[in-house]
Amino acid sequence: MTTVETRLTEFADNNEKPVGYGRMLRKEDPRLIRGQGNYVDDLNLPGMLHLAILRSPVAHARIKSIDTTAAAALEGVVAIVTGADLAEKGLAWMPTLSNDVQAVLATDKVRFQGQEVAFAIAKSRYIARDAIELINVDYEILPPVVDVRKALDPDAAVIRDDLKGKTNNHCFDWETGDAAATQAVFDRADVVVSEEIVYPRVHPAPMETCGAVALFDAVEGQLTLWSTTQAPHAHRTVYALVSGLPEHKIRVISPDIGGGFGNKVPIYPGYVCAIVAALVTGKPVKWMEDRSENLSSTGFARDYIMKGEIAATKDGKILAVRTHVLADHGAFNGTAAPVKYPAGFFGVFTGSYDLEAAYCSMTAVYTNKAPGGVAYACSFRITEAVYLIERMVDCLAYDLKMDPAELRLKNFIKPEQFPYTTKTGWVYDSGEYERGMRLAMELAGYDELRKEQEEKRARGELMGIGISFFTEAVGAGPRKDMDILGLGMADGCELRIHPTGKAVLRLSVKSQGQGHETTFAQIVAEEIGIPPSDIQVLEGDTDNTPFGLGTYGSRSTPVSGAAAALVARKVRDKAQIIASGMLEVSVADLEWEKGSFHVKGDPSKSVTIQEIAFKSYGAGDLPEGIEGGLEAQICYNPSNLTYPFGAYICVVDIDPGTAQVKVRRFIAVDDCGTRINEMIIEGQVHGGLTDGVGMALMEMIAFDEDGNCLGASLMDYLIPTALEVPDWETGHTVTPSPHHPIGAKGIGESATVGSPPAIVNAVVDALKPFGIRHADMPLTPSRVWETMQGRHVPSI
Amino acid sequence: MQVPAPFQYARATTVDHAIELLNEGGDSARIVAGGHSLLPMMKLRLANFDTLIDINGLHDELGYVRQEGSEIRIGAMTRHRELLESDLLATAFPIFRDAEHVIADPIVRNRGTLGGSLCQADPSEDLSAVCTTLDASCVIRGRDGERVVSMEDFHRGPYETAVGDAEILVEIRIPVRPGGSSAYFKVERRAGDWAVASSGAAVWMSGGVITDARVGLAAVGPNTTGIPAISEALRGQTPSEELFAQAGALAAQACSPAVDLRGTVAYKRHLADELTRRALRKSVERINGQGA
Repeated sequence: MTTVETRLTEFADNNEKPVGYGRMLRKEDPRLIRGQGNYVDDLNLPGMLHLAILRSPVAHARIKSIDTTAAAALEGVVAIVTGADLAEKGLAWMPTLSNDVQAVLATDKVRFQGQEVAFAIAKSRYIARDAIELINVDYEILPPVVDVRKALDPDAAVIRDDLKGKTNNHCFDWETGDAAATQAVFDRADVVVSEEIVYPRVHPAPMETCGAVALFDAVEGQLTLWSTTQAPHAHRTVYALVSGLPEHKIRVISPDIGGGFGNKVPIYPGYVCAIVAALVTGKPVKWMEDRSENLSSTGFARDYIMKGEIAATKDGKILAVRTHVLADHGAFNGTAAPVKYPAGFFGVFTGSYDLEAAYCSMTAVYTNKAPGGVAYACSFRITEAVYLIERMVDCLAYDLKMDPAELRLKNFIKPEQFPYTTKTGWVYDSGEYERGMRLAMELAGYDELRKEQEEKRARGELMGIGISFFTEAVGAGPRKDMDILGLGMADGCELRIHPTGKAVLRLSVKSQGQGHETTFAQIVAEEIGIPPSDIQVLEGDTDNTPFGLGTYGSRSTPVSGAAAALVARKVRDKAQIIASGMLEVSVADLEWEKGSFHVKGDPSKSVTIQEIAFKSYGAGDLPEGIEGGLEAQICYNPSNLTYPFGAYICVVDIDPGTAQVKVRRFIAVDDCGTRINEMIIEGQVHGGLTDGVGMALMEMIAFDEDGNCLGASLMDYLIPTALEVPDWETGHTVTPSPHHPIGAKGIGESATVGSPPAIVNAVVDALKPFGIRHADMPLTPSRVWETMQGRHVPSI
Repeated sequence: MQVPAPFQYARATTVDHAIELLNEGGDSARIVAGGHSLLPMMKLRLANFDTLIDINGLHDELGYVRQEGSEIRIGAMTRHRELLESDLLATAFPIFRDAEHVIADPIVRNRGTLGGSLCQADPSEDLSAVCTTLDASCVIRGRDGERVVSMEDFHRGPYETAVGDAEILVEIRIPVRPGGSSAYFKVERRAGDWAVASSGAAVWMSGGVITDARVGLAAVGPNTTGIPAISEALRGQTPSEELFAQAGALAAQACSPAVDLRGTVAYKRHLADELTRRALRKSVERINGQGA
């Protein structure tokens, strides 16, 4: 019989091995899967009040008046706060992470459906919610700007009249690459293929919605904010800059987080409202948004219309890629990306191919939709970039009547070309693309699949095989190039070994479910030989962890993982000196074997890391110049991004009668460099592939012509279930990053980035008998069927 | 967490008690059975009621599937899961098990009820299409006793039924006729989603000839009414692909779908056609002992 105790023992055994890299169960899982996690909404402080936000029911309107009388009179209501109240405190507007401003509460106009207008503070969540129903807002409806293609029309209503001198809805222009050189290559190319590729607006939809508990201690002048944030340190600094509270009197705690996917990077008005409410009432205040609020007002992702062009020779040598992008940024530019990268890392749209030239121009506009732009596991817009290039390569294969695998193999950057500088200036660190591609083809049985497809086509059955090959750019980033609101993207790390040889590792990043407590313990274990179960990983508390920019863009392992390895090595260096004293030999005469130092040539004379730790705090002198204790701190500034890559093959069957797409097989070969915990990597890949099925087949935040959000519930905004996905078939290659201390590249977003084009390519391939070269996501049965009838329309 | 507006809660102990409570509450009282449609609407504050009358205590009284004479009678509190698992239903009307396999998910099926589904009267609701296909009748009880209405008369429009303010749907009756079988097909964007379109069919045959046939569609119009023209076209005919195609075309003509995120009008009409053909084909196969 298996009892809880024996299962616990199994976990414990599992945690004893490996001491370092390898497959092991996640240390955090017993807590999380038993409902013993501690999330923001689990927090209940004595005397805590609740906050509910009144949101705009319309997309664009002038606020003529707000009457809060009835709401304020409701029993149990403590206060009603409007934009006018915040304006008096200078808090009605706040900066976004893209140097735009966003209304905390609307003062002049509402600019998207779901925008924050007022809030109620009450004794219970129910009363707060009842109170906002009683707030009466008189709106003067304005024409909404919904169709992004018409946002710059001269007669379009101006959304951002809060910005001085603004007379249109233009947000920014951006370009990269060489326009003239690209034109020259296009002029002499045998073949040019153009296609408009739409990546519709999607939402990260984490299981836990956003929320916060704010507590202001008037005696100490200390603000504590428990909030759903992926970047607690960056948030604290922004709060200090906005509120005027001194930074050392602000503590941001990010407890267990129920999924982020980028949704919890921005600072939302709700967090600021909770802080204001705590300051106003002197009581702790909780704000938790509901599902509809999360889907309709928080950071969305994508929303790019990409005009793609690809130039090639007639035998399939790709020469150049060019694109113009129309980007919908919603009502406020809330994109979270490094300052110099308004389009994130979209510049890697040249993909995995050796090109002669590339150019991208982009126009970003404001519309009456929720703000955001970078979220949903996209590695700062690489999802869009990879989708564009991988779709365009398939369009080229279609026109050239070439096999898409063969076309890719012909154009890959070769292993000897690394480090490879792309035509848009990105320096890819390492790659063996052909090896990954061939492995995926072998796992898939690619040639047999093509044979099967041929036979099925002859019988009128619709089977498609889709390929995508992606190169990611993650681990932002070198501080010379990359900052968010002036904060460099380096990350600190502290490691302290206690006298008994147990350790605590303090990180600046913050897991939202990725398994940091396990992965980072394993990184340290690998370096100093202390078992992962003996290493406590702390993160998500600004008072107790070193500064750093947080977890998003697959940056935790590339940046903080490097920091963890280096800090462990620093501790080991000190341990070696202490060991030399203990064994009475010189430092140079010691040899490290995971977990202990021994005298060269005499393994019997050895001390373990645990013995060294005790000595470092213990009685007796230490070698000259060595302070007591065994701990170290570093801040890691990456010299370059890391560039994971992968080859994905998807097999779909389409019911010719109903046009339903069934993903039959999905083969994912990933190369994330050094692999720390296979099980966690596979979990990340499985999740990302499922995301990909969602985006390719069903997910889209749509709007009607009045700007009403049509995806504000999980009944309308569909997320795939286990029934829509196949048994994932994964494989891997290992091409370590040359500049990363342990050669790791990051895996968190690879599958989300790489899978949508594989699925869409498979669907389009299945529709080849209909003469179809392109179809836009989401490929719902209706959209596929209309495409089969020759009536495909873009999804935005 | 979405929270509803304040409301009173009462738990009925018998059907008569529920009717009394309804009578006291008037039109601001509502019955809650499985609650899987009502409670989300209340949490979204799309529906606000002063009183909820919980009839989950009536499952013993109203949860059953039994044959009485030439009818199968199903209590209104019979849960989806019980309909799914009923061998009696699966034998007499395979359409039930077909439909239940594609209704929502196990959590919803554990709780949701037949009566709740019919009373919700959502045009996309599967069991309404099933009951229409099977020519079911509905037993409604009020203070003055019981009355029986056909499915045609039961659904008055989207979200509107023949059940009055102080009445409760207690039972569904389905005639059992020899030589018949049935099937249900649904297209959804994702497991658990409402139908893009669905079609149920029931066919009765004798000596290789169709003696009667019925088709019920969901999600392609304001109501899940049957299509008499199809019944007329199929009676007396020998089953064939041409005949099914003719019925499919009639289904496509008869429906009146609206465009939404689930699909275009043309696609939904196409599905009415395609799924009707499949449901008829499957029903005939089942009569002939081919296929489960």
